Amino acid sequence: MSLLDFARGPALQWSIVIFVVGVLWRLLGVLLLRTRKDHSAPRKEAAWKGLRLIALRSWPRKEFLGGTAFGEVMGYAFHIGFLLALFFFVPHVLFFADIARGLLGTDLHGLTGLNWPTLPNGVVTLLSAISIAALVAVLIHRIVSPVKRLISNFDDYFSWLVTIAPLATGMAAFAHLGGWPYEQLLAVHLLSAELLLAWFPFGKLMHAFTIFAARGSTGMLFERKGASL
Amino acid sequence: MSSPLLGEFLRSRGVTRRDFLQFCTTTTALMGLSSTMVPRVAAALEQARRPSVIWLPFQECTGCTESITRAHGSTLESLIFQGISLDYQHTLQAAAGDAAERARETAMKENWGRYLLIVDGSIPTGNKGFSTVAGRDNLSLLQEVARGAAAIVALGSCAAFGGIPGADPNPTGAVAVSAVVKDKPIINVSGCPPIPVVITGVLTQYLTFGKLPELDALGRPRSFYGQTIHDRCYRRPFYERGQFADSFDDEGARQGWCLYKLGCKGPTTHNACATVKWNDGTSFPIEAGHGCIGCSEPGFWDKGGFYQPLSTGQWGSARTVGTAVGVGAALGLASAALARKRQKDAEGA
Repeated sequence: MSLLDFARGPALQWSIVIFVVGVLWRLLGVLLLRTRKDHSAPRKEAAWKGLRLIALRSWPRKEFLGGTAFGEVMGYAFHIGFLLALFFFVPHVLFFADIARGLLGTDLHGLTGLNWPTLPNGVVTLLSAISIAALVAVLIHRIVSPVKRLISNFDDYFSWLVTIAPLATGMAAFAHLGGWPYEQLLAVHLLSAELLLAWFPFGKLMHAFTIFAARGSTGMLFERKGASL
Repeated sequence: MSSPLLGEFLRSRGVTRRDFLQFCTTTTALMGLSSTMVPRVAAALEQARRPSVIWLPFQECTGCTESITRAHGSTLESLIFQGISLDYQHTLQAAAGDAAERARETAMKENWGRYLLIVDGSIPTGNKGFSTVAGRDNLSLLQEVARGAAAIVALGSCAAFGGIPGADPNPTGAVAVSAVVKDKPIINVSGCPPIPVVITGVLTQYLTFGKLPELDALGRPRSFYGQTIHDRCYRRPFYERGQFADSFDDEGARQGWCLYKLGCKGPTTHNACATVKWNDGTSFPIEAGHGCIGCSEPGFWDKGGFYQPLSTGQWGSARTVGTAVGVGAALGLASAALARKRQKDAEGA
């Protein structure tokens, strides 16, 4: 079995299994926790309006702009670049379509007649480069800033590593870096993405699933208590 | 051994100066050299002595020989090929039996340490009777002839990587030349078959500079195998735009869109087909409407289906994912139940 066969076969299967098991385990474990009954009279009846906090917390507040601008800009640069490269790069789209066909027997085109749009390779390369630059910048900031360094642990650094790895190896595979055989570069890229999947539920990357639920529930709590959002 | 200069030989065969220089220009470009090197290549080639070449065909289909001898017409490539002193090739030579073997032994003796050995076909390492020449098994013949060779050209994917005879389940225990010979420089000229001009290009490079070309990680000349088919494919813009043929007879196929979804292995295949093309530059497989099958890469026969897209992953079945969902949900429920009990206990305390 070649490295690519391993990456496409057992490694891919196991990483997906670990990802699914881990995400459900953690999500259900949190969502099914007991919530204490709040016997106080609500200040505002329509607690759902607190869901506004999801949007409000996604944008910097003027008061703190000086301290948070760097993180916000870098965060958006990385996330947008990463997600666009992940979901709109031609080989990725074909890969996901293949998974959909394996799972559902059909893909998006078969289900809806629509084609998943893709981005030109040059744009994806640029977005990946921006993402990598942003990740490097936030790592330097994390190391240089005494407070951030103090509150950082293994999870932060390892999550950073498994996030930048697929970007870097993907670009290397695309560029056929160093004249290495494409299969090896592709295998390393797949393995790095699989490491990301396997680590995902157990570290801070899990925020992708919890962040909006957490902000929403906090917002609803604040709204009920009459706090200003 | 008396051997005329290559230039004299070509002139005697009616090759004009213009044709010869055209060949030198093409080959120089293919070797990745500057155009200023053309006169040097031409001069060196003209003055080159016809090197003694021993060609050993083993477990092969003769496709590689067909590729270079080009039965459809005499080309300069084939003349360059004829320009070498091919002292042994049991498919092509007139002599047979003991006379043929004597010719090989004589050539080896007279050119010991200087002759070029070309091997096409893989070498069976199982039963010695699987493939024999004049009663000799392939393995021992290769080991004997390789000892006196200056360099070895493993011609075609069988000799370079084991090829089709080495495909799963590999009943003859077929291996590449590099698995048998460890102490000689080996140039892998892979392909099933290799492009004729790539074969002559490698020979030209050897004749011109007297040394082996720069090789890639798989021992192939970088000048010919440095880029992928995909890199130089004329259908690449369709790939960039996400326009793919979904079947061989749909509108996309008629429009000449990218064949990636139909299993084209161009992105993972290093070869010069897209630039040099076949049949005197007529076309190459993708131009003829079929995806690349990746024949110049190791193990191309065993890399899944030819019509399976490269992106295909063996990621498991819906059942596997369903089981994972069940296990994940059970774990989540169990941990939530435990947490709730702890919460309740804490409240009661």
